[in-house]
Amino acid sequence: MKEITCIICPQGCRLRVDEDRDFEVTGNRCIRGVSYGKSEVRNPVRILTSTVRIKNGSHPRLPVKSDRPLPKEDLMEAMAVLDEVELEAPVNRGDVILEGILGTSVNIVATRDMAK
Amino acid sequence: MAMNPDYELVVIGGGPAGLGAAAAAYDAGLRRILLVERDLEAGGILNQCIHNGFGLHIFKEELTGPEYAGRIIDEIRERGIACLFDTMVLSLEDLGGVKRIGLMSMTEGYRHVTAATVVLAMGCRERTRGAIQTPGTRPSGILTAGTAQRYVNMEGYQVGRRVIILGSGDIGLIMARRMTLEGARVLACVEIMPYPGGLSRNIVQCLEDFGIPLLLSHTISRIEGRRRVEAVTVQKVGEDRRPIPGTEEVFEVDTVLLSVGLIPENELSRAAGIKMDPLTGGPYVFENLETSIPGIFACGNVLHVHDLVDHVTKESRRAGKAAAERVLGEKAGGDAPVIPLLPGPGMGYVLPQKIRKEDFEDSIRVFFRVREPRMTPGRILVRDGEKVILSARRPYMLPGEMDYVDLKPEILSAVTGDHLTLAVES
Ligand code: SF4
Repeated sequence: MKEITCIICPQGCRLRVDEDRDFEVTGNRCIRGVSYGKSEVRNPVRILTSTVRIKNGSHPRLPVKSDRPLPKEDLMEAMAVLDEVELEAPVNRGDVILEGILGTSVNIVATRDMAK
Repeated sequence: MAMNPDYELVVIGGGPAGLGAAAAAYDAGLRRILLVERDLEAGGILNQCIHNGFGLHIFKEELTGPEYAGRIIDEIRERGIACLFDTMVLSLEDLGGVKRIGLMSMTEGYRHVTAATVVLAMGCRERTRGAIQTPGTRPSGILTAGTAQRYVNMEGYQVGRRVIILGSGDIGLIMARRMTLEGARVLACVEIMPYPGGLSRNIVQCLEDFGIPLLLSHTISRIEGRRRVEAVTVQKVGEDRRPIPGTEEVFEVDTVLLSVGLIPENELSRAAGIKMDPLTGGPYVFENLETSIPGIFACGNVLHVHDLVDHVTKESRRAGKAAAERVLGEKAGGDAPVIPLLPGPGMGYVLPQKIRKEDFEDSIRVFFRVREPRMTPGRILVRDGEKVILSARRPYMLPGEMDYVDLKPEILSAVTGDHLTLAVES
């Protein structure tokens, strides 16, 4: 049994999700809590947002994100990979900075333009 | 009015509010628009909010702050709207119609421009420790969450290794996650109220995801350290929000982040003589977002602190359109009788604070925040004297969530009293 907070709406119901009963959800005030509870316990994922170093840009850091969610437990490892990246300006919003992080099919993309 | 102003509209501030107002004014027919921004680039606070979750209402997708900024900056570029960067607005005066704006920059020095209308879009700033009075020494290592956010996300500095966060506003929560990802240890988030200030999504994804405790009904009662912060004392508070003796717990930290609220930045508005609402911290406005000085409008966080940038964009578009209508003479405004809208019991604030009793064509959207959280269903009531003219059910009410009701033209034209009240049903 796992207890989590539903984040779909601000009521923040405390959901109980039973892994032994096919991820049965209780404690939800509405139906939307069920699918959230199931997927959050089965396979919790997050979009990773961070920054990477950039040379000759208007700022020393470029904001980036994963173009799709990553498994929650991989976030720290992905951060270590980003720590090694150093780019050169200019960069455009949407440019792929790193293809297939940690052997996944998820790319890291720039989230802003950065001129020289 | 003899003088022909330099601009039809000057927008003060190049964050989301200013950008939205300028684009909307252009679309409503204005061409001589000037946007003034004190930073080197447009986008405001969005540039440092590198996390995602912005834009679901306006762009129908989840964007990061810089992406949202990039899109609305594109709207300004496409329209060819003139922008002045690295320029401070030092003064704003109403010369009986024409507005005179004092500008200061390194390249141009001090000068004035004139405008037929002005949109105030200066945003807000963070409350600081001085405003909250914590006993102890004054070492370095105490900063607001937003300042830390700028250092970490834009300048690339790590601001601390062992961190405690005072206040559970959204920026503080976001920074708890950010600093953790960057290798710092966040020991706790301390909130004086019995409920969190930020969104539950942020409580979960920024604190619970990383096992950071949220201490509700607690405060930092003492900060210690010679040059750098070395330790803080955290104490439970009673219902009077005073620390309870005997509940002291010491945390060894080198950094305290403050996330204790935001205040609209209205020095310029006050100096111009614009009337302010103590409840919002921003100007009183009419239904078209016009302030007490005709031709000066306000939108975004300078008007009232918003929780979603999408709402800022929507509001700023209304302000830009209203300024254009004033310039193009489409709305007379002026002498119509005014119905004040007052916050009743349970209500933190209402906005607009005044409605002109004109020929009502459209519904008027009234924004409000309730004073206390309530997790059981209740009703929002609008009263004309004793008579309830609107009753809206809510499954729950939270002060952290701005809400609204729409007053339809038929309701508004039937008002007989000299004011309306918005209240939570007791
Ligand atoms: S279960 Fe439904 S009511 Fe409860 S937080 Fe989730 S979405 Fe909101």
